[in-house]
Amino acid sequence: MCVVCGCSHTPASPSDPNVAVHPATGDLHFGAGEARVSVPGMSQARAIKLETDVLGANNVVAAQNRAHFASHGVTAYNLVSSPGSGKTTLLCATIEALKKRRPDVALAVIEGDQQTSFDADRIRATGAPAIQINTGKGCHLDAPMVAEAFSRLDLHAAHHHAHEEPHHGHSHDHPHAAPTLLFIENVGNLVCPALWDLGEKAKVAILSVTEGEDKPLKYPDMFAAARLMILNKVDLLPHVSFDVERCKAYARRVNPGIEILELSATTGQGMGAWLDWLLQDEHEHPHEPHHATDALHARIAQLEAELAQAKAHITAQPAKA
Amino acid sequence: MHELSLAGGILRLLEQTRERDPFERVIHLRLEAGALSGVEPSALRFALEAIAPGTCLEHATIDIEEPPATARCMACGQSVTIRSRLDPCPICGDFGLQATGGTELRVMELQVI
Repeated sequence: MCVVCGCSHTPASPSDPNVAVHPATGDLHFGAGEARVSVPGMSQARAIKLETDVLGANNVVAAQNRAHFASHGVTAYNLVSSPGSGKTTLLCATIEALKKRRPDVALAVIEGDQQTSFDADRIRATGAPAIQINTGKGCHLDAPMVAEAFSRLDLHAAHHHAHEEPHHGHSHDHPHAAPTLLFIENVGNLVCPALWDLGEKAKVAILSVTEGEDKPLKYPDMFAAARLMILNKVDLLPHVSFDVERCKAYARRVNPGIEILELSATTGQGMGAWLDWLLQDEHEHPHEPHHATDALHARIAQLEAELAQAKAHITAQPAKA
Repeated sequence: MHELSLAGGILRLLEQTRERDPFERVIHLRLEAGALSGVEPSALRFALEAIAPGTCLEHATIDIEEPPATARCMACGQSVTIRSRLDPCPICGDFGLQATGGTELRVMELQVI
């Protein structure tokens, strides 16, 4: 240490870590930081706080889809399952059954697969309009893909054509007389499609009894995201070891509110209840956004929980004489 | 592997941020993948490293935090934290849990130069 002023004989490292000191000459270089520039009072690196949801961009398009569907009187369901659960067979059977029961309901399908248009061809053979989306290397549908496909559906074009009648300019704020059911058959995959909102009213998870009854526990995100679980191929139950009650219990464990239907698309068993489910709320106000009812459900759940908490608190209080 | 799509979404967010608030490159990226976000952090890290070359994310270090999720128990009414959808209520042991948070993947903060 210097005996005159007390300074350190060997200068310590500069306080600013961005300043470089030449080892031989002691020269200082203030522009040696990563940005190669020195701004007094500012560290070279700076922080940007974002706190932004990565799926936010998808969710914005999903909300637009939801509004677009509502304005066209379209109720959309997102059908999710592993490959081979019988989604397309169920859809073909559903379309045939709905044509008989409710010929006034318009039907359309958006098909998602990595490759081929086999599924859309099967749907088009029933007479319902269908658009195939090939995701290429993708493992799920996203909201922009569905927006693009919806704009190309005949159904959509027909509605717009009707809008172009005289004194009937294109308006998105009046209900159409005929309700429309849009089925979106997602890529067969029980993982990724759980994360992407497409603008649907509800996700329907299809599980066939030739798969394991423990799938709801193995793929909990999907069964938590679904409003309805369909146990398909129940006509095969005598030939497979599949515990229906255990499967239902597993599904309710990851999603206490999940609805469950058992059916066979091949024999038609249980199809009536499925059609009832699909048509159950066509009398709902067509413009009421779905998320409003979702928010109400969430609020009811929250109030019920608070009530349970209050009751527990009261029972814990010692009784007053 | 949906982590690759999510990595693409993260990169788009960074590019959009750079348009608003120009910087040369990202040196550190902090993400938050909630326990119920359906995101595998190691797969996400692999995907980000795979798409980074030639982008503003090249040579960035990446932190992925995994906060536990929150849920409300329908049986006992308590708010609890869980690590998975298979967890029972840590207070009463019931499985009737309604997830209330921890499903998001978020970009929290960037260090840029």
